[in-house]
Amino acid sequence: MQTKRMTYPGRFLPYALLAPQVIVTLIFFIWPAGQALYQSLLREDAFGLKTTFVGFENFVRLFRDGSYLNSLSVTAVFAVGTTLLSMTMALLLASTVNRMIRSRSTYTTLLVWPYAIAPALAGVLWWFIFNPSIGIVPYMLEMVGYRWNHRNSGSDAMLLVIFAAAWKQISYNFLFFLAGLQSIPQSLIEAASIDGASPTKRFWTIIFPLLTPTTFFLLVVNVVYAMFDTFAIIHSTTAGGPAQATNILVYKVYADGFVGLNLGSSAAQSVILMVIVVALTMIQFRFIERRVNY
Amino acid sequence: MVENRPWANLIAHIVLISGVALVAFPVYVAIVASTHSLSGLLQGTLPLLPGGHGIENYTRMWQAGVSNAGAPPAALMLWNSFIMAMAITVGKLSISLLSAFAIVYFRFRFRMFFFWVIFVTLMLPVEVRIIPTFQVVADLKMLNSFAGLSIPLIASATATFLFRQFFMTIPEEMLEAARVDGAGPLKFFKDILMPLSVTNIAALFVIMFIYGWNQYLWPLIITTDPDYYTIVMGIQRMTSEENPQWQLVMAAVVMAALPPVLVILFMQRLFVKGLTETEK
Repeated sequence: MQTKRMTYPGRFLPYALLAPQVIVTLIFFIWPAGQALYQSLLREDAFGLKTTFVGFENFVRLFRDGSYLNSLSVTAVFAVGTTLLSMTMALLLASTVNRMIRSRSTYTTLLVWPYAIAPALAGVLWWFIFNPSIGIVPYMLEMVGYRWNHRNSGSDAMLLVIFAAAWKQISYNFLFFLAGLQSIPQSLIEAASIDGASPTKRFWTIIFPLLTPTTFFLLVVNVVYAMFDTFAIIHSTTAGGPAQATNILVYKVYADGFVGLNLGSSAAQSVILMVIVVALTMIQFRFIERRVNY
Repeated sequence: MVENRPWANLIAHIVLISGVALVAFPVYVAIVASTHSLSGLLQGTLPLLPGGHGIENYTRMWQAGVSNAGAPPAALMLWNSFIMAMAITVGKLSISLLSAFAIVYFRFRFRMFFFWVIFVTLMLPVEVRIIPTFQVVADLKMLNSFAGLSIPLIASATATFLFRQFFMTIPEEMLEAARVDGAGPLKFFKDILMPLSVTNIAALFVIMFIYGWNQYLWPLIITTDPDYYTIVMGIQRMTSEENPQWQLVMAAVVMAALPPVLVILFMQRLFVKGLTETEK
């Protein structure tokens, strides 16, 4: 890693400058992560009196545990659903805004503000409009003959949290798609239309391929978002229910550790999640290094 | 666009207006709900036009809160949120500026090691290591305090890397000139680097403030004393009741969402800059 050609000499100063950041990191990041690793190898008895070293047994148990496997598949459905819904909506809106000239900035302003709303609040908002007894959407659905009830139906609950999570993420995806669209040279699009390509054809053969770097980047970011930043949405709405239908991995770590007080298992789940984050971060960095194009 | 098609333009406007309406709909419903009485909300279906109880609901939420649900007055919770968000933002920015300065302008032993220590924070979101972090904070007796709410969240790899990138683009001549004129490292930092970084600091400030304001899980687990409740987590106390007072919940939601939304609307250019640069 490079520095400036000319640097300041320093024996103590650089360490002093780094100290606050490094101390906070060591105390609140590295140490707890180490603790999680360590606890994942232990088992505590029901009263917390005795702990025994059990090696990888916590991990083995997890992968034999139906509720953990269920949580894995629930997380996959949730992440894929949120990512697809939010990115499709954002791409549609961004490519439409991009063809506007005078109204572009107005529409952009009107579409970016949901980024500011906390995931927990997004959860409460959607929970409210989908509320089976007083919400507006179940009322409208009933007119077409569908009884919405996310308190009993696992698939309704899953749809609800996907809507809330995707809604919150649309503005983020929109901004990145818009930036990607604006970096496509206008001459390519003009050339294609002189050759007689229709707007749809131009989109699929020129614009969409040139957007792949942005799309891949957003795919990773959205999966990370859906897996780790949506705790608040789940906690403020379904609390993992009904019957664990929305019990995603980050929520399960919290529920098993704080509510179920099963520290060994919760720590093992933490370790698995850390491995997933590290893998996703690596993928993200590789994409940033070489933003491939066709 | 390349060709002029009035029909296509019309369709585009329709798509965008429905998009904007869809995005705004949940918030519109919240605003409407916060202006009705509870009995008005529970009468069958939700009204779609504002009612006449707005001032009453907001005053009650602002001054009294919902004490039987354990939610203190919104004024207190908003103030707590503000303190926490500012502490996190200022903390993140200052320690990141200092560490980026050290990494770029000094050569010292273990530089790479420190760089990696900071990098690791990127990979360990709070949600993932929640229980051991809680234990550390409990051992340090930082539960129910503003220090506990903010300090564990102020390490920032993204801010450090962003400032590092930016410092690398500052011409070498700046440092050479400063040294010829006899400026020491701290003077150089204060009088040259800081003024040059103002735009970057402001852009990051917007992003970090929203991040801090919207914290949920962390305040939820480390505060048990209502005096330290933040607004985003306080709302959860009200909705987890058996029969939530929806009109007050929605008034609180609107008040909780307003500050960060205003920040984005008034500082949109800085916000977009901050967002696109932190992710690079």
